[in-house]
Amino acid sequence: MFEIGLSHYLFMAAALFTIGVFGIFVNRKNVIIILMSIELVLLSVNINLVAFSAYLQNLEGQIFAMMVLTVAAAEAAVGLAILVTYFRNRGNIAVEDINQMRG
Amino acid sequence: MNAPLLDLTNSLPLARPELLLAGFALIAVVLGAWFKDRAFLALSVLGVITLLGAGGLAILFQPGAPVEILQGAMVVDGVGVFAKALIALSAAATLALGADHFVRTDEQRFEFPIVVVLAVLGMFVMVSAQDLISLYLGVELQSLSAYVLAAWRRDDSRSSEAGLKYFVLSAISSGLLLFGSSFVYGFTGSIRFDAIAAAIGEGAGGVGLIFGIVLMLCALGFKMSAAPFHMWTPDVYEGAPTPVTAFFAAAPKVAAVALMARVLYEPFAGLEDQWRQVVAALSAISMVWGSIGALLQTNLKRLMAYSSIANMGFVLMGLASGVDQGPVASLIYLALYLPANIGVFALILAMRRNNQPVETVADLAGLAQKRPWMAAMFTMLLFSIAGVPPFAGFIGKLLVFSAAVETGLVWLAIVGGIAAVIAAAYYLRVLASIWFAPSTAQLQPASGTIAVTATVMAALTFPVLVLALGALQNWAEAAVRSSF
Repeated sequence: MFEIGLSHYLFMAAALFTIGVFGIFVNRKNVIIILMSIELVLLSVNINLVAFSAYLQNLEGQIFAMMVLTVAAAEAAVGLAILVTYFRNRGNIAVEDINQMRG
Repeated sequence: MNAPLLDLTNSLPLARPELLLAGFALIAVVLGAWFKDRAFLALSVLGVITLLGAGGLAILFQPGAPVEILQGAMVVDGVGVFAKALIALSAAATLALGADHFVRTDEQRFEFPIVVVLAVLGMFVMVSAQDLISLYLGVELQSLSAYVLAAWRRDDSRSSEAGLKYFVLSAISSGLLLFGSSFVYGFTGSIRFDAIAAAIGEGAGGVGLIFGIVLMLCALGFKMSAAPFHMWTPDVYEGAPTPVTAFFAAAPKVAAVALMARVLYEPFAGLEDQWRQVVAALSAISMVWGSIGALLQTNLKRLMAYSSIANMGFVLMGLASGVDQGPVASLIYLALYLPANIGVFALILAMRRNNQPVETVADLAGLAQKRPWMAAMFTMLLFSIAGVPPFAGFIGKLLVFSAAVETGLVWLAIVGGIAAVIAAAYYLRVLASIWFAPSTAQLQPASGTIAVTATVMAALTFPVLVLALGALQNWAEAAVRSSF
């Protein structure tokens, strides 16, 4: 019988994390996609924490995951607010145009 | 009384500095909502007093031995108090500079002192973190406030861009920090620093734990802008309003360094052989890259950004060299470096022409003829940052170099020496522009706050801190010995 154990969760979290990080660096189009990728990274961490918590029979990881969820919401709020001011100034949110400062 | 309640009543008196900051932020938000931007000046003055008060409370009620508070989530100990004092002082100085600047440019928005105080609250939590959750929450409170501050000038596209870049890159580093933390938790079985240290002592770990630690160190390196995780620093320093840049260049560095020291010497002390390579590599790359990158810069704020990258490399050299000398040297280095840095930013703020900020090296031309005092202070402060004797910065460099040599990191000290020589070249380029280039258009007179801040910082660089070195050294040594 095939059982789903800790390592499966860890591999899935690592895959989500990698997809998230790639989404941030490879994407050249839209800052909104970057925000989505950041959420993906944070959620992959939550899977990790909850998986470890269940495996270790220890609640600390689940409390940590709750904290991460809360902070992720605050982070999205601040990020979107900054994005709005950026859009008002520049008129678009294409990633390749974020290059006023270089060097 | 039951145990959690008893713990709370015992903890709250020791959390006075944090409670003061949080209380100020909550009350100031209400006052600001009521009085709107008319409250800006009053709230800024109150904010400066609150910050100084929080630093004072931290020093005044310092317990003799480390005390864990809030059920072990945070600790009040020597290193924490040292870092809190530095953070509070530098944040108060930069808040005063910022309030003065925004009054003159008529951008009085009452949220400024509140966001600064919240950022400082986050730093206080960072430096006293005793488990992975309070570490993460402190880092995030500081970072979220910093994103807002970087994008402070809503109608300026460079400021918005700085905020956006800072947000995206810093969010990635927070992701790395969390991913690393989750592995540390999974492979040691606890989020508490003492339990992690105990588990490592019993041989817990393996590849998963090392992976987690390396990810966490990379993320903390990002927060203190150590190369190769420095890419955000020049852009954010250039795009953010100058008072905000001055704030970024001072207080968050102390918090990040103190947190890094705590993480290295408390939970991960048993794995010193593993992390030493990583920290030494971060240090070497930062020193070299910061020094070389600055050579090409014409914008003063960008130049100071690369200078701060190089200086963080020197601080990391201290941290890399082990528990006896290393952290002491790093803390003293920070205490000697910060006043010079704040002073330089005060002088950059002082230079305005036709109500426009002056920010390039070429604009400094002929400063010596028109403002000999300002030129003299600029020279002292830059010499101190470059590490020229007899200024304070020289002693800091001497201490980290000797700590590195004593622990056998001779190659790192040699790299540092070469980087310091390269760095001297660009500081001298700025000074050449000040003293020898023909003068250009007239500058506006500087305000009283800026003049006072710059003079105080210059006086601290030489001779005050040099004379007080013995006391500073005793304080840092006692702090490190009682904490780690």
